[in-house]
Amino acid sequence: LHTAMTEYGGRRVATLIPGDGIGPELAASVQSVFKAMEAPVDFEFIDLKTNDEGSFKAASESLRRNGVGLKSVLVTPQNSGSALSVNLRLRKELGLFASGVVCKSSAGITARHDNVDLVVIRQNTEGEYSGLEHEISPGVVESLKVISRAESTRIAKFAFDYAVTHGRKKVTAVHKANIMKLGDGLFLQCCREVAESYPNVAFEALIVDNTAMQMVARPQQFDILVTPNLYGNIVGNIGAGLIGGAGLAPGFNMGNKIALFEPGARHSGIDIAGRHEANPVTMLLSAGMMLHHMGFSKHASHLENAVSNVVAEGKVRTRDIGGTNTTEEVTDAIIAEATRLAAQ
Amino acid sequence: ALSTQAVHRANISCTMIPGDGIGPEISAAVKRMFAAAETPIDWEDVDVMPTFVNGVSTIPAPARESILKNGVALKGPLGTPIGKGHPSLNLLLRKEFGLAANLRPCRSVQGFKTPYDDVDTVIIRENTEGEYCGVEHEVVPGVVQSIKLITRDASLRVANFAFEYARTQGRKRVTAVHKANIMKKTDGLFLNCAREVAERYPDIKFDEVLLDKACLLMTMDPHNFDVLVMPNLYGDILSDLSAGLIGGLGLTPSGNIGTGGVAIFEAVHGTAPDIAGQDKANPTALALSGVMMLRHMGMQDKALRIETALLETIKDGKFRTGDLGGTASCSSFTDAVCKHIESH
Ligand SMILES: Nc1ncnc2c1ncn2[C@@H]1O[C@H](COP(=O)(O)OP(=O)(O)OP(=O)(O)O)[C@@H](O)[C@H]1O
Ligand SMILES: Nc1ncnc2c1ncn2[C@@H]1O[C@H](COP(=O)(O)OP(=O)(O)OP(=O)(O)O)[C@@H](O)[C@H]1O
Ligand SMILES: [Mg+2]
Ligand SMILES: [Mg+2]
Repeated sequence: LHTAMTEYGGRRVATLIPGDGIGPELAASVQSVFKAMEAPVDFEFIDLKTNDEGSFKAASESLRRNGVGLKSVLVTPQNSGSALSVNLRLRKELGLFASGVVCKSSAGITARHDNVDLVVIRQNTEGEYSGLEHEISPGVVESLKVISRAESTRIAKFAFDYAVTHGRKKVTAVHKANIMKLGDGLFLQCCREVAESYPNVAFEALIVDNTAMQMVARPQQFDILVTPNLYGNIVGNIGAGLIGGAGLAPGFNMGNKIALFEPGARHSGIDIAGRHEANPVTMLLSAGMMLHHMGFSKHASHLENAVSNVVAEGKVRTRDIGGTNTTEEVTDAIIAEATRLAAQ
Repeated sequence: ALSTQAVHRANISCTMIPGDGIGPEISAAVKRMFAAAETPIDWEDVDVMPTFVNGVSTIPAPARESILKNGVALKGPLGTPIGKGHPSLNLLLRKEFGLAANLRPCRSVQGFKTPYDDVDTVIIRENTEGEYCGVEHEVVPGVVQSIKLITRDASLRVANFAFEYARTQGRKRVTAVHKANIMKKTDGLFLNCAREVAERYPDIKFDEVLLDKACLLMTMDPHNFDVLVMPNLYGDILSDLSAGLIGGLGLTPSGNIGTGGVAIFEAVHGTAPDIAGQDKANPTALALSGVMMLRHMGMQDKALRIETALLETIKDGKFRTGDLGGTASCSSFTDAVCKHIESH
């Protein structure tokens, strides 16, 4: 038996997995902010790589030991040898059944829509990501989407509990049960059943295509969305797009014992890797959620407020949100603001 | 003596499936617009409500014969009869007539303001297989599998259609949307077929984008895309998303193009049971589908006349239906469109 978290002298250890693409730049940003803020967290650094069994084992052991971690995204090449992506294997093996993308409009950001404040809660381990595929005859292939009562109920409960603990009012289940009558039908039925136990949280069901349309037309109507795996990937990215991009939406993966935080829209940003252009906001806000989760609320609030103040002020920004500054300059501005807030 | 009488050109006959819900209202409206433009079309109204023949859901013979004879049909939305064991009727039609590609253009309506004024995309959706193959079963109690089927034939067919469409319509670029990093075999096959076809169209730029990134970019800046080709479910979702960008389902037409010479045009929206029978529906989507049909039949001038009247009437703003924030009824909007057609 392992305890949920490793602690010594009031400090705690968390796993840090930089990932590919812009991951290392984002991880470095978090490290310097934590250091400057004197956040009581020591990172255990794991250089997880695709097709490197040793690093995979190290990462999963570290996360089991620490119970908490922060990672960036690993690229999943189409032609990688293993059937499952490293990101997915980690989620499956560690039982990280729930994933979340937090999409909240930031003051000072001009996006297509204002006042967006929604969270996408996504089943993280089954559905279309089962990895079960085969060729039936030449030129004919099938893949299996697996939906189970156990996992659907578990994710629905997670979504409603999240709604309760975060003071949210409504849960929308996203499905395509008119076409996938059994699979999505089961998911929907489980959500309905769970909803009955939460009389104070409103519940509605919405077909996935209609959801996509409603989100870009009137996103303010949404609060919590709960989805099977693939729809979560879709809806979460629409959500990130609504608030101004992948650089702004933080995220998490949760299991019963382990919490792993990562950028919500889950992009590795290969196209801008190494160019000092990556927006550190998504990773810093993910790290903020991690601090909350670890019980370091004061540090978490300082970090979150510092990020939102710097974004709102708009003087120091990366390119994706209309600025010209580097990742490091934004990081420094956030450090200065966090230091100012801590001194107040 | 030589006849001085003008040769009476016979009208072309065309199948009309009025459909369910708001179908009868909007198809009546479209007929009025076509009449106002003196479109040389004789409508043959048919009912496609399926019956069981030897235990198989079958489209009634008169409807099938009419569609096969005319080669073109305009179709209102169809509700799938629930609980009678029929598959989706739309699906049945697509299979019956080999309607391999679903063409969904989406262009911002000048003068109708949304947060996005720069949309001009065409989504081409594989129409016959994928997640809609309808094969599902319960493996053990509480665990359901849904099969997604991808074939080389259907993938090549839709890719061919997309590139041919791009070339004939003067479009510059085709983007394949996929999730081949997760569904390596199924989406992998789809993607490989698109690549293969792309080689034969060196004049058209080809690129590939992951579904999640497509959602992100589409939501942030639809300018990013031109013609998009994708498997069934992704097309369903992304085309509704695109509809949301320009102002909703009341505006978006589509065409189902078959390989055997049949083409059925229909609005992207469904039966809208919430407003059915109340003279509230926006007939624009079905009318624009009719415009696509006219272009398909080579009646470019009639198509332009009706299209212009529709768009000008919406732009003018006095007669907008409820979905566009106005108070006009389906009939008063139609009156205004007809008046515009007659006076131009
Ligand atoms: N933290 C970030 N800051 C700025 N831009 C980001 C950030 N994260 C993602 N993006 C942008 O979001 C988009 C999607 O990222 P993604 O990693 O999917 O694209 P990519 O690097 O082209 O790789 P691929 O196409 O293989 O997914 C890219 O344009 C990327 O630059
Ligand atoms: N032509 C239209 N004019 C006005 N509103 C529309 C129109 N078409 C759809 N809507 C609205 O859009 C929403 C979704 O309608 P739609 O019929 O596509 O959904 P649906 O419930 O999935 O129907 P179906 O089950 O037949 O597909 C409804 O609120 C409907 O009123
Ligand atoms: Mg749809
Ligand atoms: Mg519908």
